[in-house]
Amino acid sequence: MYGWIFRHLPGPLWVRIIVSILLIAGAVLLLLQFVFPWLSQFNPLTDSTIGTIE
Amino acid sequence: MADAVDPAVPGRRRRRKASGRRSPVQVVVQVIGELLITLGLVALLFVGWELWWTNIESNQKQEEALTSLFEEFELPAAAPSASPEANSGEKNNDDAEPPVLDKPEYGETFAVVYVPRFGEDHARPVTSGVGVDVLDSLGLGHYPGTQMPGEVGNFAVAGHRQTHGQVLDLIHTLVPGDKIYVQTKDGYYTYTFRNNQIVMPDRVDVIAPVPTKPEAEPTERYLTMTACNPRYGATERIIAYAVMESWQPMSEGPPAEIAERVAEYAAAPAGSGS
Repeated sequence: MYGWIFRHLPGPLWVRIIVSILLIAGAVLLLLQFVFPWLSQFNPLTDSTIGTIE
Repeated sequence: MADAVDPAVPGRRRRRKASGRRSPVQVVVQVIGELLITLGLVALLFVGWELWWTNIESNQKQEEALTSLFEEFELPAAAPSASPEANSGEKNNDDAEPPVLDKPEYGETFAVVYVPRFGEDHARPVTSGVGVDVLDSLGLGHYPGTQMPGEVGNFAVAGHRQTHGQVLDLIHTLVPGDKIYVQTKDGYYTYTFRNNQIVMPDRVDVIAPVPTKPEAEPTERYLTMTACNPRYGATERIIAYAVMESWQPMSEGPPAEIAERVAEYAAAPAGSGS
């Protein structure tokens, strides 16, 4: 899958390497900014409250 | 040459050469494999984010909340001991009824908690509400159904232990007699830590007006802090109980133990955390 994506990126090898690094960085940023904060509320290991008051 | 005897090997070689590409099954298996590796990496990243990055992010937000809260406080401009007003007034406020804040709205930061046992520079904002939006970014959350600082009953707050600022990480290190200071716009409330208790997560009675005695009529002013237990887990809750000892209005200046910290925040221009 990743090989397929890499082969289909445009440009010479060095451009494709830079583009893939940017793509990975973008995915990580999306995860940190939006996915993880949302996911965190379902993490039972960080619940510090008593009862079910929310 | 021995290979040539095995009919499977040349056959497979021929097939690969003839098609020039992998079979659909191989493609599917490879994609699933790559996705699983990705999922593993994302899970590791999540652990790193939760245990490390949330602390940096949340600490910064709490510093901001503290700074903006201090802008609302009317701290005495001069050194408190030099103010004649403070000296002419009652030195001991133990008999006077402490002022009680009105119930703030959900999400409003209204107090600062100082626990010197957690470190000389410990100061955390208290925000109304115990939803994830409050606890994950603003430090201590005040259980909305419980009393306010200085009020007869129970001022109960919750805080994270390992993540999102590690607000109550050292809750198990409190020693009976330790002071817990709460500052609101009205003044400083000094609570003395009495004991802690480890309970199951459904023990709502620990935040009752008289902790663990839901039916009792309160006569004392309690402070209760709840956090998850054990560290790095949440099968139980650790509860720290404290009782109010004294209070002093803002004009008298902060208690000696936290004076330095308060002065630091009072002097800090907005946006510059320490």
